[in-house]
Amino acid sequence: MPTDEAAELVKLVREIATEQLAPRASEAEAAAQFPRDVFHLLGQTGLMSLPFDEADGGGGQPYEVYLQVLEEIATAWVSVAVDMSVHTLSSSAMARFGTPDQRETWLPGMLGGSQLGAYALSEPQAGSDVSAIATRAVRDADGYVVNGTKAWISHGPHADFFLLFARTSDDAKRGLSAFHVIAGTPGVSFGAPEKKMGMTASTTTQVIFEDVRLPVELRLGDEGQGMAIALSALDSGRLGIAACATGLGQAALDLAAAYATQRRQFGRPIADFQGLQFVLADMAAAVESARATYLSAARLRDAGRPFSRQASIAKLVATDAAMKVTTDAVQVLGGYGYTRDFPAERYMREAKVMQIFEGTNQIQRMVIARSLLREAQ
Amino acid sequence: MKIVVCAKYVPDATGDRKFNADNTVDRVGVDGVLSELDEYAVEEALQIRDATDGEVVVVTVGPEVARAAVLKSLQMGADSGVHVLDEAIHGSDSAATSLILARAVERQRPDLVLCGMASTDGGMSVVPAMLAERLGLPQVTFASEVVVEDTTVRIRRDGDAATEVIEATTPLILSVTDQCNEPRYPSFKGIMAAKKKPVETLTLGDLGIAADQVGLDAAWTRVDGFTERLPKSAGTVVTDDNGSGADQLVSFLVSQKFV
Repeated sequence: MPTDEAAELVKLVREIATEQLAPRASEAEAAAQFPRDVFHLLGQTGLMSLPFDEADGGGGQPYEVYLQVLEEIATAWVSVAVDMSVHTLSSSAMARFGTPDQRETWLPGMLGGSQLGAYALSEPQAGSDVSAIATRAVRDADGYVVNGTKAWISHGPHADFFLLFARTSDDAKRGLSAFHVIAGTPGVSFGAPEKKMGMTASTTTQVIFEDVRLPVELRLGDEGQGMAIALSALDSGRLGIAACATGLGQAALDLAAAYATQRRQFGRPIADFQGLQFVLADMAAAVESARATYLSAARLRDAGRPFSRQASIAKLVATDAAMKVTTDAVQVLGGYGYTRDFPAERYMREAKVMQIFEGTNQIQRMVIARSLLREAQ
Repeated sequence: MKIVVCAKYVPDATGDRKFNADNTVDRVGVDGVLSELDEYAVEEALQIRDATDGEVVVVTVGPEVARAAVLKSLQMGADSGVHVLDEAIHGSDSAATSLILARAVERQRPDLVLCGMASTDGGMSVVPAMLAERLGLPQVTFASEVVVEDTTVRIRRDGDAATEVIEATTPLILSVTDQCNEPRYPSFKGIMAAKKKPVETLTLGDLGIAADQVGLDAAWTRVDGFTERLPKSAGTVVTDDNGSGADQLVSFLVSQKFV
């Protein structure tokens, strides 16, 4: 930790995670209950604003610290950590591109945790290919009229605001614009919650915009600046997911190691068998490597240096590690690992989506290779 | 209103506890925390302060690491701290602890002194009463609810058979239970602010206490020995084969003399 305050901060987060998150996670995931109250608590304790500037009411913490906080939360309950990362992503556009008036009006609620943000970029036909976005914001005398459907929106029905990206022209580079949409705006509705494999406590839905009227004052940045705004936070969001995946891997490792020391077969703990020790050692190596990789990328970001390739590497390494480690945790727990009486199988289901969202790991490889080969030319 | 909270640094109940060679509790070599029950006293003090525009001073007695109890209270929102630190304090019993606390507290000239209902290590619940005796102040213990209006304090005490409401006037010593509030978590801003809050470190000499008045040699009680509790056994699983489960349960209860 770079400072004493950061060490104290992580101590506080561990306390909250242990007392308020971990005991509720399994039950809420099984019941698909979104823990809205948790985000109020995280907001009150200042954890929803850590990487934002102090002048804006944020914690002024480097990404290196923010990501370790995210990892701690993910170890206790990964859905909460992912939703926190999504909120950070959704709020960062206002902090970076908002006008002084917009920032004064909206930032305090966003950073104080009373306003939970959702990120409305993807569409049914526009996932990795952002240029295929079809949601349109048509300018008229009173502002904009928005029509379209956004897909895969984390905590969509529970959000207080949406960072919406909509097409304002067909220009290939400057066709998108960003908007701040307040929940409850007439014409905004939600699809049925997706029946997901995991992370069921974090409700994912479509968000449908039907003749939604938005005043010009709710546009973020210039018209046509949407793609730049979306791309500006992309790398940071990937680091967030890398930290979440590392925390999830750590949770699986902790569970497997504890189980191995308690489970006895042939008259001794299964942890005594070298075959199992090697599995646990590989799991630990994967988690540590994931942590080191995202921290290395975060330190580049904190130093103001380019970190796009490293963010993609971190996302790739950490989420693949989470998939491997959680699968191994199920193996260590044997038959019990395959039951819902232990969280190992849940961790495994949760890990899978980490390889998919915030840019699939195939997209990450494309980003890495392009960056690498550009340099080699 | 000036409020002093007596806060104790105790071994973390979720970790391993150890004793020193002299049978005193090891407070240095194990993870420690602000006593969970004292968090209720800190929270109550903060709420009263915010309602009365007052000040909260947290006092702790203990080794260097005990400063963490003051720091946590400051992070929660207390205004300043006092740490009585002196090697001669090691091994002090409740009577000596109350002497040290009394001297440290009276310097503050508080309107209200708040304590937790017990420490989570010693668990004796006697220090508030001893403190009141030494300071010549009235005391009300085990408050489940505290309402302050000017110099009047109304306290609800929940007993097993009845609830009583007691009215007292400041200055006053109060101990509060774990029912009176929900202690807040520190905020990140609280953590940052705590660094800049004043903490006064005092020795026994500063308080006019001689070294032989406190510590293990002056203690009225001492621990002669201890036995570690055996780890929990695996327990008995009753399998209900052909409706025999109830009989097995009854046999178990009888064999353990539970019925």
